[in-house]
Amino acid sequence: MTAPQMPGPDASVPAPGAVTEQGDAQIRVTQARNPSDVPPAGVPVAAAPVGAQTGAPADFPPSTEAGRGLFGVHGSGDTSGFGGLVRRRTALADAPRPYGGYFDEVVDALTEAFPGAGGAIERVVMDRGELTLHIEPEQIAAVCQTLRDDPALRFELCSSVSGVDYLGHDDKRLHITYHLTSLTFRRRIRLECAVTAENPRLPSVSQVYPTADWQERETYDMFGVVFEGHPGLTRILMPDDWEGYPQRKDYPLGGVPVEYKGAEIPPPDQRRSYQ
Amino acid sequence: MTGTGYARERETTEGKVFTVTGGDWDTLVNEAGAEERIVVNMGPQHPSTHGVLRLVLELEGETVIEARTVVGYLHTGIEKNLEYRNWTQGSTFVTRMDYLASMFNETGYCMAVERLLGIEDQITPRANTIRVLMMELNRISSHLVWLATTGMELGALSMMIYGFREREYILDIFELVSGLRMNHAYIRPGGLAQDVNDEAIERIRALLGFMPERIDSYEDLLSGNKIWHERTQGVAVLDVAGCLALGITGPVLRSAGLPWDLRKTMPYCGYETYEFDVPTSTDADVWGRYQVRLNEMRQSLRIIEQALERLEPGPIMVADKKIAWPAQLAIGADGLGNSLEHVAHIMGQSMEALIHHFKLVTEGFRVPAGQVYVAIEAPRGELGVHAVSDGGTRPYRVHYREPSFVNLQAIPAMAEGGLLADVIAGGASLDPVMGGCDR
Repeated sequence: MTAPQMPGPDASVPAPGAVTEQGDAQIRVTQARNPSDVPPAGVPVAAAPVGAQTGAPADFPPSTEAGRGLFGVHGSGDTSGFGGLVRRRTALADAPRPYGGYFDEVVDALTEAFPGAGGAIERVVMDRGELTLHIEPEQIAAVCQTLRDDPALRFELCSSVSGVDYLGHDDKRLHITYHLTSLTFRRRIRLECAVTAENPRLPSVSQVYPTADWQERETYDMFGVVFEGHPGLTRILMPDDWEGYPQRKDYPLGGVPVEYKGAEIPPPDQRRSYQ
Repeated sequence: MTGTGYARERETTEGKVFTVTGGDWDTLVNEAGAEERIVVNMGPQHPSTHGVLRLVLELEGETVIEARTVVGYLHTGIEKNLEYRNWTQGSTFVTRMDYLASMFNETGYCMAVERLLGIEDQITPRANTIRVLMMELNRISSHLVWLATTGMELGALSMMIYGFREREYILDIFELVSGLRMNHAYIRPGGLAQDVNDEAIERIRALLGFMPERIDSYEDLLSGNKIWHERTQGVAVLDVAGCLALGITGPVLRSAGLPWDLRKTMPYCGYETYEFDVPTSTDADVWGRYQVRLNEMRQSLRIIEQALERLEPGPIMVADKKIAWPAQLAIGADGLGNSLEHVAHIMGQSMEALIHHFKLVTEGFRVPAGQVYVAIEAPRGELGVHAVSDGGTRPYRVHYREPSFVNLQAIPAMAEGGLLADVIAGGASLDPVMGGCDR
């Protein structure tokens, strides 16, 4: 068993459970939209569980009133861990007003101070006591400028910039998150921008928050997101000549099988994984 | 090959390159001759870079014209690896990031998982108190390493020995508590791996007895020293505006005069119930950062004392059996493992307990989908954990906002225009740990 060491953009090995066009395509449905989205073997991706939609009893697991079987079983009922990892993500819902705490104030102040805020804020999500503003990528630098400078907002510190790859859940799969802190008011908010993997571009906020310099470089390094206007967008953690973006979900972890007491233990990304 | 002594010279497309190996600077200057600007590559293997940090310095005489920082030599992909292990196993990975502040990495991670699970309120008082206890001990040991290495780099070699001596004592306490001197994996989602034993408590009390005196003796050793003054005062100045623009937090920000300490401003783990002060300075230089860190150790001792007083017997894990690790760990003949009582229970008494143990250990627990950001005050500044769950048994994405990584951006601002020797003092005053920076 050899582990893929380096992902090519055109890796041709389909994921377990993902589909081959010439195979039983009428039974299994692929989530991959184009060949470049098909990752190498062993990588957990969104794929229809094996045996799904066949009318087999596994399609209809015994459910409790909560819609789940024992130990959280739902969907195909495969608890063996060998059916491939199925990543599900519930759709985000707009939070209703009032958001609670200081969040109403923040959103009101932003709408007042930033003329195009209505268009720039795509969605407001309130979850676990944290506010996320989904911002239109083109507007991110302008929104950050307002958040930093407006006397009613004063988010002086950009704590963190990073990315999340929602492969298979969102057409704009690469999300860039910004965690802003207001030292004056002791507040935190999160901004989130979504871009596609085909055109992963958005303006850099390093002119507004110089601290975003390295953090944007890291996000570029790990996700391939291009921050336009960044003073020197180069790799920072990986070597300069590295190919691929390691934190993307279609990039394999890699690793080699290990022998332990006579048994072969597969590398971590090829071990059984539970839903 | 020309040149005498140790400074060897070779021609490259970028000009002459010299390999200098100490004590032969005159040779280099004579050889370089008319060229006034010299680019010096410092590191990644250099004793005063706190790990594998590389600095590219452009010099005019002894003045630094341009400083560039190169990181990434210690990148081990911990964040990526987390995505292939279950939530509980995550503790074992994050503890290896900033290896001088393991307890902080673990606490930040566990608090993020607990907020995702919505069980923040269920963390028992004893677990929270022990977390505070461990974090403050860890803060002292981390600051001791800072004091020891910085002292050594600025010529106070004996400080190195004293700093590591006391740190060793704290690592012994950690070993008693968690079984490991470093990389503890002691703080787990939902609580702790095991309870603190009496011997460790005794040792901590002994530490409280002798440590204030030891801190005073460090101060006696360094604070009146003329060379220490010259090397630290007015060196690598960075004011509050500069700190905030560059995202610098922790002792460096407090040395510039802003008392921003997350334990006070956005409390967690019950820090709001402890009495302690936030030491600050208005010097904004290496001297100020030295003062702040010394005083922080004293404040940490105050917190430890209060934590010991309120350490009541009680559970150290949440009551929810679907989350709580099913075994109390114990140290047996072959090392740390499940306690014998637990093994006897699942193997001999209860089939259901065995099934439960097996399911929870192999599969892990599910964490509802969503994302959270938890920030705590680590010895180097704001340690932020951005954790994303898709509802499964493994993290979907965990990102660490590492203070070492962010703070290192200040090196050009501190070093440019200053002397080459002050690059060492300025860099050391940031207290970077490359394991945390590169992750």
